[in-house]
Amino acid sequence: MTKIVAVTGNEAVANAFRQIEPDVCAAYPITPQTELMQRFASFVSNGQVKTELILVESEHSAMSACIGAAAAGGRVATATSSQGLALMWETLFIASGFRLPIVMPVVNRALSSPINIHCDHSDAMGARDSGWIQLWSENAQEAYDNTIQAFRIAEDMDIRLPVMVCYDGFIISHSIERIEYFDDEIVKKFVGEYKPLYPLLDIENPKSFGPLILTDLYHEVRKAHSEVYKNVPKVVLKVAKDFEKISGRKYGLFESYMLEDAEIGIVILNSAAGTTKDVIDDYRNKGVKVGLLKPRLFRPFPYAEIGNALKHLKALCVLDRADAFGGSFGPLYLDVAASLCNFDQKPILINRIYGLGGRDYMPEHAAGVIEELRKIAKTGKVKSLKEYIGVRE
Amino acid sequence: MEKVEVRWHGRGGQGTVTAAKVFADACLSGGRYVQAFPEYGPERAGAPLRAYNRISSKELRMHCPVTTPDVVVVVDPTLIESIDVTEGAKDDAKFIINSSKEPAELRKKLKLKPTQKLYVVDATKIAIDCFGRPMPNSPMVGALNRVTGLVDLETVLEDVKKSFGKKFSQKIIDGNLLAVKRGYEEVKEG
Repeated sequence: MTKIVAVTGNEAVANAFRQIEPDVCAAYPITPQTELMQRFASFVSNGQVKTELILVESEHSAMSACIGAAAAGGRVATATSSQGLALMWETLFIASGFRLPIVMPVVNRALSSPINIHCDHSDAMGARDSGWIQLWSENAQEAYDNTIQAFRIAEDMDIRLPVMVCYDGFIISHSIERIEYFDDEIVKKFVGEYKPLYPLLDIENPKSFGPLILTDLYHEVRKAHSEVYKNVPKVVLKVAKDFEKISGRKYGLFESYMLEDAEIGIVILNSAAGTTKDVIDDYRNKGVKVGLLKPRLFRPFPYAEIGNALKHLKALCVLDRADAFGGSFGPLYLDVAASLCNFDQKPILINRIYGLGGRDYMPEHAAGVIEELRKIAKTGKVKSLKEYIGVRE
Repeated sequence: MEKVEVRWHGRGGQGTVTAAKVFADACLSGGRYVQAFPEYGPERAGAPLRAYNRISSKELRMHCPVTTPDVVVVVDPTLIESIDVTEGAKDDAKFIINSSKEPAELRKKLKLKPTQKLYVVDATKIAIDCFGRPMPNSPMVGALNRVTGLVDLETVLEDVKKSFGKKFSQKIIDGNLLAVKRGYEEVKEG
């Protein structure tokens, strides 16, 4: 049974948390995440969940408390945005290094400076190599669905890794949309009972977390750690398959939209993918063979699968809602380029930066990119590899 | 009806965002897809703000402001003096204005195209009559409901009850329900 409601993205994810009822949540408020934890805090104070909610003094403490609680043997969740995620940075690596299945929605927001509360992806991109799995979500439904699946993925005995669920600040977190809720029982059954692995609270069997390992074996430990990520796509797909059985909604490593017979294409994350799909429909009606790829599992990045899905195109634009200020390209572009670099046949690639600090991404921006790709596909000529779009003149 | 896009013009503190939410919630019936979202600027009482609705029989994938509205709702009549509420409106757009002025005067002031329709309701007066405060959002929801005909009045009233029920006294809720009804009944085409 499902219930159809009109709610904000934050409300939907808070409801998923209520249905899952983690043992421990440690959180600190930050816009635009605040509404999520504020709603969840009401579930706690109303007695609707038995979760131990720890109100801490910073995000560094929030993640530290989550790490402690997860190592102790509990199912643990938190949430954050922007500077909050940045402040967690050093502890993120500890959570993943300890293989703790913590789930953390990241409500994407720009980083300071200048200070800005609106959406872009610089926060999560800054943590992309922290060893956390990242699932990205186009809308409130996907944020809700990904949150539920995230617990199963994180807790899978083959991987045991922390998961971030990313969705766009304000655009999704604070907008009301129609979504389908499951009955509580369905979610509880899907997520299942938490199975701790090497819990510290099992005092009959004492163990250590976070030992010192120097030149003798650190290298080997990290190699072993990197091997774990090879199993992630398989687990993500397995969980998606089970999820489809209860929801009818299909999830994969990424979404392909009109890509198979396409000549030109766009790669784009989160809410802007929806706007782009509507514009693609308009162009398809005019006979233009354009398609889209929307990554869902961004970390670990499914290089082989994404490369194979894009290699037949003539021209491809990767749209980044974050810049990497290293004199190179946006972070998503770098990964897409890496996924294609070893194919003989591959599209001409361009990178466009859009929507920083909440700048609206409008249908005409998508149309502008499609027009440019048509020209590139026809002439083989590229005016500039990387450019900001939607800039006020 | 495939898709209706609504743009609301109001001022912070007038309940415009709540009105857009209530309307979206009411439109859920009949298996529709809905969106309601404000334009997030600095949130100050009295500052001009916009809010949007999309209502569609198909999945709504577009996640950006409405720039070519089918319906424009002006909650605060003083905004007409300072901003162009007609910007981007479709040639057959419907304008619903909270005003005590004559429709002919408003039509001239807004420079509406002959193909665009104008609806006027004195929502501030209705609000003061019904619950003693100049909060025009409830009558505007009623008027919008009448003009778009997307859902029946009963469904909207149920949603207002649900949305206001958590925060307000029975007296305020009853006043708002009456205000929605009167907005629905008193809106006039001109």
